[in-house]
Amino acid sequence: MMNIPCPFCGSRNEAEFAFGGPVKPDRPDPNTVSEGEWVAYLTQVPNPLGPVQERWWHVKGCGMWLTIWRDTRTHDIVEGPADAE
Amino acid sequence: MPSNRMDTGGRIDRDRPLNFTFNGRRLQGFAGDTLASALLANRVRLTARSFKYHRPRGIIGAGVEEPSTLVELLGDDASGNRPATTVPLRDGLIAKSVNCWPSPGFDLGAINQLIGRFIPAGFYYKTFKWPGWHLYEPTIRKAAGLAAAPAAPPEQGHFENRFAHCDLLIAGAGPAGLMAASTAGRAGLRVMIADEATEAGGSLLNRRLTIGGTPALGWVKAVVDELATLPNVTHLQNATVWAYREHNYLMVNERAPDNPSLLERNWRVRAGQVICATGAIERMLVFGNNDRPGVMLASAAQTYVNRYGVRPGQRAVVFTNNNSAYAVAADLTAAGITVAAIIDSRTDVPEEARTLVEDVDVLAGHVVTGARGARQVRGVTIAPVDGGASRQITCDLLAHSGGWNPAVHLWSQSRGNLRYDDTLTSFLPDQAAQDATSVGATNGQMTLADALGSGARAGADAAGITMPDIPTSADLIYAVTPLWRVEQGRDKAFLDIQNDVTVDDVHLALREGYDNVEHVKRYTTGGMGIDQGKTGNINIIGTVAMQQGAPLEELGTTTFRSPYTPVSFGAIGGLREDSVVLPYRHTPLTAWNIKNGAFMYESGARWRRPGYFPQPGESFQETVNRECRIVRNGVGVYDGSPLGTFEFKGRDVGRFLDHIYTNIMSTLKPGHGRYGLMLSDDGLIIDDGVALRLSEHRWIVSTSTGHADAMNSHFEELLQTQFPDWNVFVTTVTSQWNNATICGPLARDVMQALGTDIDISPAALPFMGFADGHVAGIPARLVRVSFTGELSFEVNVAPRHLPALWDKIMTAGAPFGIAPIGSEANHVLRVEKGFLSLGHEVDGTVDPYDLGLGWAMSKKKTDYLGKHAVAIRRSGTTNRRELVGILPEPDQMIPEGAPLTPGGERKPTEGLVTACVYSTVHDRWVGLALLENGHSRHGETVRARLKDKVIAARVTPPIHYDAAGERLRS
Repeated sequence: MMNIPCPFCGSRNEAEFAFGGPVKPDRPDPNTVSEGEWVAYLTQVPNPLGPVQERWWHVKGCGMWLTIWRDTRTHDIVEGPADAE
Repeated sequence: MPSNRMDTGGRIDRDRPLNFTFNGRRLQGFAGDTLASALLANRVRLTARSFKYHRPRGIIGAGVEEPSTLVELLGDDASGNRPATTVPLRDGLIAKSVNCWPSPGFDLGAINQLIGRFIPAGFYYKTFKWPGWHLYEPTIRKAAGLAAAPAAPPEQGHFENRFAHCDLLIAGAGPAGLMAASTAGRAGLRVMIADEATEAGGSLLNRRLTIGGTPALGWVKAVVDELATLPNVTHLQNATVWAYREHNYLMVNERAPDNPSLLERNWRVRAGQVICATGAIERMLVFGNNDRPGVMLASAAQTYVNRYGVRPGQRAVVFTNNNSAYAVAADLTAAGITVAAIIDSRTDVPEEARTLVEDVDVLAGHVVTGARGARQVRGVTIAPVDGGASRQITCDLLAHSGGWNPAVHLWSQSRGNLRYDDTLTSFLPDQAAQDATSVGATNGQMTLADALGSGARAGADAAGITMPDIPTSADLIYAVTPLWRVEQGRDKAFLDIQNDVTVDDVHLALREGYDNVEHVKRYTTGGMGIDQGKTGNINIIGTVAMQQGAPLEELGTTTFRSPYTPVSFGAIGGLREDSVVLPYRHTPLTAWNIKNGAFMYESGARWRRPGYFPQPGESFQETVNRECRIVRNGVGVYDGSPLGTFEFKGRDVGRFLDHIYTNIMSTLKPGHGRYGLMLSDDGLIIDDGVALRLSEHRWIVSTSTGHADAMNSHFEELLQTQFPDWNVFVTTVTSQWNNATICGPLARDVMQALGTDIDISPAALPFMGFADGHVAGIPARLVRVSFTGELSFEVNVAPRHLPALWDKIMTAGAPFGIAPIGSEANHVLRVEKGFLSLGHEVDGTVDPYDLGLGWAMSKKKTDYLGKHAVAIRRSGTTNRRELVGILPEPDQMIPEGAPLTPGGERKPTEGLVTACVYSTVHDRWVGLALLENGHSRHGETVRARLKDKVIAARVTPPIHYDAAGERLRS
């Protein structure tokens, strides 16, 4: 059970959050990319061994969607959201 | 009755006898006993049968390391597979052995001993292959079974979870842990100290040592008393720290909480720092018949005489490769046990050990090659370690010690590294992965002085203070020479007593190529028992090392996983029973519904709703039919409050809704509503609903009941992560607006009878229109949407007004025959109309075209969620499953979910029935289905293939009633 730093609420138990998945690249304009690139955007999700950027939703707290870097090997939060203590 | 109980000594209360039953025998022990010590006091030596060979077994350890005597507790304590050494005795305890039938003394399974050579490690993988393992599995599982799980949860008491935070969590209240706790506690840190034993003291409880010149237990009591006075210290006994997770999150299982109504409490602790003061566990020596009753760990024999006042035998032989057993021999002698000899595999015995037992024969450079005796040990065969003539010594107790393994389990669970220490011949904590340290024997500090010193150091470091004074103590220096197994002798020599894993099994695994310690573990099952190999795992690694000529540090250990010791499921679950974890949601009408005979159930998203309102003598189907006829022919009313409702505010709402809906919302005029579909970006329908534009920058968006929470997440994620600069604010108002929906041809008459200042004529308030005003004097928003296909008025009011509104509707509607409608009738009415239901027709594979809703996919918008994915998918040639209506022929019900196969034969399905209901307007069963290329197959006959029959059905358009929609627009 991780301790996740929330910019509004401070360090809070993982149980207060909902997992939002790894952060994908910015959504491209589907009218300017090829069909293959669009399908790749839709279907390919980062899954590294090591730090991954991912989103968590503080659904049982302030409601903020925040972004952290988590090391998938250790659960260490190697970089918290901006503004978090 | 003959007894092994000593007249004095031990931490038992001889004035408080306790009666208990073991395998049907009525026995007596004392307060302070464990079941194991009481059995030994009663001279019960044969206490168990082994897992695989059903060999006779006795008590081997004195604590959580016990690999042998597992018992099933009956009656009030009902639980399975408890080591007898960890069961505190209480009056009326009923215990029985596992793994034997009918009793450990006369066990029919003992026949396995005769065929032992035919059932080596992995034998069943090799033997029970044809035609498949699953044929044999039930019988083998039964034969190999341990205790049965309790049939029912305890009748009295309950389990509890508790969260806690502390600056410092100390696992273990032995000398090192207590020293750390008192040092950090005095300095003001919020300290939590938890220990698995019934009382504090750790190894000091089992040994005869002094601290500051007085008995060590006096020091323990002084420290415990002081901790009790410190408000910043929480001290838990009989509480095992059983898991060490990421971010210093630990689990503590407290087995005897102070609250009498509690069975167990599981603490979830977030600790600033952690000190592992978990001590060390003695390992066995490995020689022939090292599992005979009467062969016992040396430290266990010491514990029984010192802590419980029980002599586990009359004439002992001590077998060791290290110093600690000499202190044991001295304690056994002091307790009146004859120590016939100390067999030491080392050729040079350190003088400080030898002087403890000057009157005892010490045979240095010798080993025990085997224990003799069938049902209990009657003597040992010994021989020089480097070969030579063997001889025999008579004894009824063989106390052996193969050295000490630091209990690095928690440390390892925290992902801290281990290193192999040649001097201690064991694995020690190395680099920490979290904010943790280890002290005392856990860290290889084997003497009392070192334990006290390291505990004080860690406590002082945690608190940031200088090192306190350490009380004086004296202890035997620890020295060990490894002896992984005795090579002489031909009898079975056990590495893992609980799973019956012998040296031969490990050799077999190596011969067959399983040469990694993790593979050896899985092939032989060594270390996979309830004890998790606490006494034997390192010997297995040592045996592999001997056979391969590789050093232990290269082999490493198997993975230490939580739980450290077994934890009951009840303790993990705590009070998290269904209705507590996810409470039901209720509307203000629940009381009215129940009073009026509604059959209540959950219908999505934890909402308790009325399913139907049966009248006396009415069957389920009769009730639903009546409610449907009322809506189609007269007027009904239902509580539509659970529908997901969101208020959107801001300048960019129109733009945002255009992005998430397939159709254009931004062109909607204030005062009007529009139905729309929402897709995920990969082109699948995630929800449908109606958007109302209240004013330029203010909207109400409704979602289906079951998806409201998911849609809230969807809106917020998009707004916060993709469009953070858009001016849109979403508020959940599902419970701020409740509604009563009046539906049926007479709905307008009821509205007029209620009285409203809103013009409800079709011209002023058309379908999909809405208006604010009053209904029956109550402030209301009137919305003309329809889920039943009939003229409907959704009267939205504040929740506090809903019961009053409901009563007025019932009164005003009485002359028109109004009646409340449940979810079941609602379902029938929407199926007749071919309206979608998420989870039925919308199952995560269909897109709008499949449902005949292609018109809702905007061509004008260049981009919205799902547009391009749908286009890409439909550009292929795959046959799509499309929504159709079905009429079963002959007229009968087809179960929801029934597969449609070509010709009703055993072929890949071409679709499925998504709903089938009894339609009162057609007086027959009608249904909806998803069917391959269904849009072009109207008029065809398809077949649903069930287990026992095939039902034909004619394919029709999906709307069975009022296809033009005149009624809902009326």
